[in-house]
Amino acid sequence: MSTKMPVNLTINGETFNVEVEPRWLLSDVIRHQVGLIGTHVGCEQGVCGACTVLIDGKPERSCLIFAVQAQGHQITTVEGLTQNKPDLTPLQQAFQNHHALQCGYCTPGMLLTATALLETEPHPNEHRIREALSGNVCRCTGYQFIVDAILEVAGDSKEASR
Amino acid sequence: MKPATFEYRKATTVADVVQWLKDAPDGKVIAGGQSLVPLMNFRLARPSVLIDINGIRALHHVEYDGSTLDLGALIHHQEIADHPEIQKKFPVLTVAARHIGHWAIRNRGTLGGSLAHADPASEWPAAMVALQAEIDVQGSPGVHRVPASEFFLGYYTTVLEPDEMIVGARVPATGASRIGFAEVARRTGDFALAGAFVEDCLDGTGFVTWFGVSDKPQRIAVALPPARETSWREALEQLTLNDVAEDKIALAIEIAERALKHSALVGAAYFGAHAIRGRD
Ligand SMILES: Cc1cc2nc3c(=O)[nH]c(=O)nc-3n(C[C@H](O)[C@H](O)[C@H](O)COP(=O)(O)OP(=O)(O)OC[C@H]3O[C@@H](n4cnc5c(N)ncnc54)[C@H](O)[C@@H]3O)c2cc1C
Ligand code: FES
Ligand code: FES
Repeated sequence: MSTKMPVNLTINGETFNVEVEPRWLLSDVIRHQVGLIGTHVGCEQGVCGACTVLIDGKPERSCLIFAVQAQGHQITTVEGLTQNKPDLTPLQQAFQNHHALQCGYCTPGMLLTATALLETEPHPNEHRIREALSGNVCRCTGYQFIVDAILEVAGDSKEASR
Repeated sequence: MKPATFEYRKATTVADVVQWLKDAPDGKVIAGGQSLVPLMNFRLARPSVLIDINGIRALHHVEYDGSTLDLGALIHHQEIADHPEIQKKFPVLTVAARHIGHWAIRNRGTLGGSLAHADPASEWPAAMVALQAEIDVQGSPGVHRVPASEFFLGYYTTVLEPDEMIVGARVPATGASRIGFAEVARRTGDFALAGAFVEDCLDGTGFVTWFGVSDKPQRIAVALPPARETSWREALEQLTLNDVAEDKIALAIEIAERALKHSALVGAAYFGAHAIRGRD
């Protein structure tokens, strides 16, 4: 029953051929088989958002999908944001400028959720940003600096208007 | 913890699913996995066979023929929230969808999964009861339609047999009456502490369907005079309440009042967060 199955995962545009047990979560396979440890794992019940990745461009919980189910889909992890690029993305740079991270545990999930938001809606207001991030818990920053960073990229910077 | 071992099968037809469920009575269907996988991660559920229905294309549709909205079981919560025709013809579903969990949960969680899971604090079971929808169930004899009012039996319990699955839901157009929604949760995206759909028939009567306050959603007729406290209290007396403390009753009444107020709004105001939010 615990026999492994071969699976092709497309992560950040690269194909990874891995052998997985059906019961292995995508989050664990990304970390332990593929070795991309930027995807963090907190609660394994969908609540904290640390494990958020993009699946076909949309934020989803990698702790609530089995790796076998992810075959045939485009997966983006935090490493994919700077794949083949020398610099941080404007959003990552804004996180740095605004001190939007402390311990960094929530940051990959925050970045991916915010990246997807800005892709679907380039100029969200503060209310929309807070709503989109409601599923990503941060125990350090108090959220304001994260929201400020995203607002900067959204071109609606409070800093700028101050 | 990690999920216990299971055999994984990918279905492409509903007939496969029904047959496999028959063969493995402790097997389980996985749709979005947004309720099932947390249970498996904590080994509160340990199915021997996991039947993935996401590849059944026929369950992924939204159709409106002018009188009935036909929703496939695999429609994601976010797809309902974003659907332009639903927003026009069934705006209460748009508003309800936006209240389900968080964006990442809505992108994967499905209508059918939510109805089968039958969490009494969930939006969809109550929406289906409030809008007098029918739920399409397929087993070995074929498809039968179950009125939503008869589908939910109690906490996490439905009429589904072990070898049956939900294939869709059919929601009739609402006619002349107006329907409003309200919900209060501790934080954005949490399950409701209390929520309600209230239908105003515009003749001094209406219907209320609460969620999060009792064991299952029920559509209850109410008189809607200018002072309505007694009407709401009498309606609540017909339910098996989770909690009979006066503050919980007061909250249920407050939410019903908000839902009624919300029903009178039109256009952009109907979708405004402040119109629907309770004390969160
Ligand atoms: C953090 C978090 C917050 C959430 N907040 C809310 C909320 O506020 N409101 C809310 O309503 N929900 C909430 N949910 C649950 C979410 O809406 C789920 O998507 C939903 O309850 C189940 O749908 P699913 O497609 O994920 O089903 P799954 O998890 O795949 O399955 C759930 C159950 O239904 C069965 N099943 C699935 N599909 C079918 C079918 N077609 N026929 C028969 N049986 C089937 C499965 O076997 C299983 O028993 C939340 C979840 C999380 C993780
Ligand atoms: S680890 Fe996936 S949401 Fe917390
Ligand atoms: S920076 Fe520590 S959890 Fe967000």
